[in-house]
Amino acid sequence: MSTIALSSKRAQYIGRFQSLIALVVLCIVIGVLSDKFFTAGNGWNVLRQVAVNVCIAVGMTLIVLTAGIDLSVGSVLALCGAITAELLKNGIELPSNNLFIGFTILGAVLAGLLTGTLLGLFNGFIITRFRVPPFVATLGMLTIARGLTMLWTKGHPVSNLGDGFLYIGTGWFLGVPVPVWIAAIVVLLALFITRQTRLGRYIYAIGGNEQAAVLSGIHIGKIKMTVYAIGGALAAAGGIIVTSRLDSAQPNAGTGYELDAIAAVVIGGTSLSGGRGSIWGTVLGAVIIGVLNNGLVLLNVSPFWQQVVKGAVILAAVIIDRSNKKD
Amino acid sequence: MLATKNISKTFAGVTALNGVDLELHPGKVNAIIGENGAGKSTLMKILSGVYPDYEGTILWQGQPVRFSGTRDAEQAGIAIIHQELNLVPYLSIAENIFLGRELTTAWGMLDKKEMRRKTRVWLEKLKLSADPDHPVAALKVGEQQLIEIARALQADAQVIIMDEPTSAISEKEIVNLFAIIGGLRAEGKTIVYISHKLNELFALADRYIVMRDGSVIGSGDMQHATPEAIIQKMTGRKIDQQRNERTSSLQPLLQIKDLALRGAQRNTPARLHGISFQLGKGEILGIYGLMGSGRTELLETIFGLHPRRCAGELFINNQRLSCGSPAMAIRAGIALVPEDRKGQGLILDQDIRSNISITILQQLEKWGIFINRAKEMQLSRDYIQRLAIKTSSPYKKACELSGGNQQKIVLAKWLATRPQVLLLDEPTRGIDINAKYEIYDLMRQLAADGMGIIMVSSELPEILAVSDRVLVMAEGRLTADLPVQDATESSILKHAIQKN
Repeated sequence: MSTIALSSKRAQYIGRFQSLIALVVLCIVIGVLSDKFFTAGNGWNVLRQVAVNVCIAVGMTLIVLTAGIDLSVGSVLALCGAITAELLKNGIELPSNNLFIGFTILGAVLAGLLTGTLLGLFNGFIITRFRVPPFVATLGMLTIARGLTMLWTKGHPVSNLGDGFLYIGTGWFLGVPVPVWIAAIVVLLALFITRQTRLGRYIYAIGGNEQAAVLSGIHIGKIKMTVYAIGGALAAAGGIIVTSRLDSAQPNAGTGYELDAIAAVVIGGTSLSGGRGSIWGTVLGAVIIGVLNNGLVLLNVSPFWQQVVKGAVILAAVIIDRSNKKD
Repeated sequence: MLATKNISKTFAGVTALNGVDLELHPGKVNAIIGENGAGKSTLMKILSGVYPDYEGTILWQGQPVRFSGTRDAEQAGIAIIHQELNLVPYLSIAENIFLGRELTTAWGMLDKKEMRRKTRVWLEKLKLSADPDHPVAALKVGEQQLIEIARALQADAQVIIMDEPTSAISEKEIVNLFAIIGGLRAEGKTIVYISHKLNELFALADRYIVMRDGSVIGSGDMQHATPEAIIQKMTGRKIDQQRNERTSSLQPLLQIKDLALRGAQRNTPARLHGISFQLGKGEILGIYGLMGSGRTELLETIFGLHPRRCAGELFINNQRLSCGSPAMAIRAGIALVPEDRKGQGLILDQDIRSNISITILQQLEKWGIFINRAKEMQLSRDYIQRLAIKTSSPYKKACELSGGNQQKIVLAKWLATRPQVLLLDEPTRGIDINAKYEIYDLMRQLAADGMGIIMVSSELPEILAVSDRVLVMAEGRLTADLPVQDATESSILKHAIQKN
């Protein structure tokens, strides 16, 4: 029996390192083929691009760990970015009351985050209260949030948001890009939640065996709502970073981001049926996707081929993960 | 006709079978007896082609054979009916019976008419009145089992292996199943029957084969065997079944008045009617009822799992308790060890430590923020020691343990909440005899310390051996409340079968 425990533990370690090894090999291959890859500038560039996906994918990981999924993150990202941008630029005007509310950067950012949280809560509410499968509930939200974004922006980008706001997406702090700081803080918080707190345990418990969790006195609804709310808030954070980096909130921003986030989660070894996986895995998954994107661009691979390669990597990652778990 | 020579099998370095020589007597009911982990299921899976890689030889009608899969074994005439049934729920009865062996017409189309006709013949033979076009999901577990038997018969199986067929079916269905097994024997089929329930083996089997630690320990005619002798072979030691004779005046702990539970849907009948009883401090109350009598629902309702459907009053220590949610029940000092240990009790993918601590994580928190790992570790070590859970470390995953040890983890997770009332639903289902007796001892010890215990069980000997008082349920009502001295297997059964 002890050999089983040992080998499963060993497989876990190998599994953990496996993504890391894959990442290192990937970096070396790209570095050999392109002399632009191993430069500080490119390195920060990759991490800055990865930061948004890391934020979204961390939220997605928590949701997937409860055996859920959130397809709405891309649209939520766009809506929250647009709300932040619009509030920052034009504030709220209520002509009937002759009232104008202006927003500071902090105020606008908080409003964006709050919107994301509420949209996530709404997802969670629909899922727990009406027992709608997460796939369907968030698919609805995907469309609703995109529509709201169009309504809010009237289909036009909101640009020229001021230098202060641009700091979030393009600034540097202590020699590191600000988005990377944000992503790092998000990752650390998520690591803390999943490893050290009751919420984390409950998340794994619900995904591992929802029935057992119910019988253990865990308030399933509350935990799920929390998780979707966190997912929404992190999508909003991504939206604010994207908006700041482009100095513009695009109504069609974030299209397909949910798939990149899910890809990072899956490459990171988190089981889509819940209960098994880690934040670290997801971070590695996101970085692998980022490096791959960057490398393929540096190597002048046609964008069409880029997609094919990315898809193949996702499949390969899952297949390797599977075969490891069987042993 | 079917025999094995020196069969061995290891899983990842752990020996599951160690040189098994087995001989099945044709046209007889051969009972395979052994504790969990003795290797019964592994051996049966080798015989039926589930595990094609093993050492040793299978002899089938005198010839050495090696099955590459269950299909291969089935073609040779050996079929297995697993404990967890292998039917496709939304396909019809006929489609299930012919799954993978569909009959076709000369045109290559499915011959539904013929399949339906044959299905009707099988159903009639098995005394099951059901429409061949009905989905299997609409049948009860016992009926689904009969469909599996029909499948085996349709495949012209000569040897039918049944793994714990009575673990999930009602007494009535058991009687029916035994009649059918008797009929199959009369037709010359060889039955291999795996079970934990000794008394049913004495009623049914012609031969017994006892396994222990991956080897066959002994075999012989059931006629000349005694339960004590078999138990001794299974465990390698003697166990005397002790009977509770404790009577004392008990302080009331839990009082239930007029508890009722409506059906899950609007048109389904009520599950519980006007249930009233008391549980005293230090009392072990056994509840017996057939499947569908409402015994599980009663425990679930007390535990707050059906807040919208229940009515009636619940008092614990004279304090009124509304059956609102499991969290409220836990706070009031009630714990429920559910019937389905894997489906409801454990998170199989997680380690022992997290499984035990899940019910009291809040109390293990430091500053209300994070979990105090040291305290959590201490908790699981304490319970591993106290309940004698066999494991190399608290970090072992629950799925890697045997049934008995898993059940002890579920008990540990509930004892950790320091309950006053412990509800046990089939606490010893599917676990080996040693662990069973350990759990009985634990229950007596807890009761001696003042805990009130309600145990639902479908094993009469267990009810009689452990309880101080016996409640009998039938069709959602209490039909008897007997001190254990006045209860016998037949008197309990009589109340369980009675119609209101």
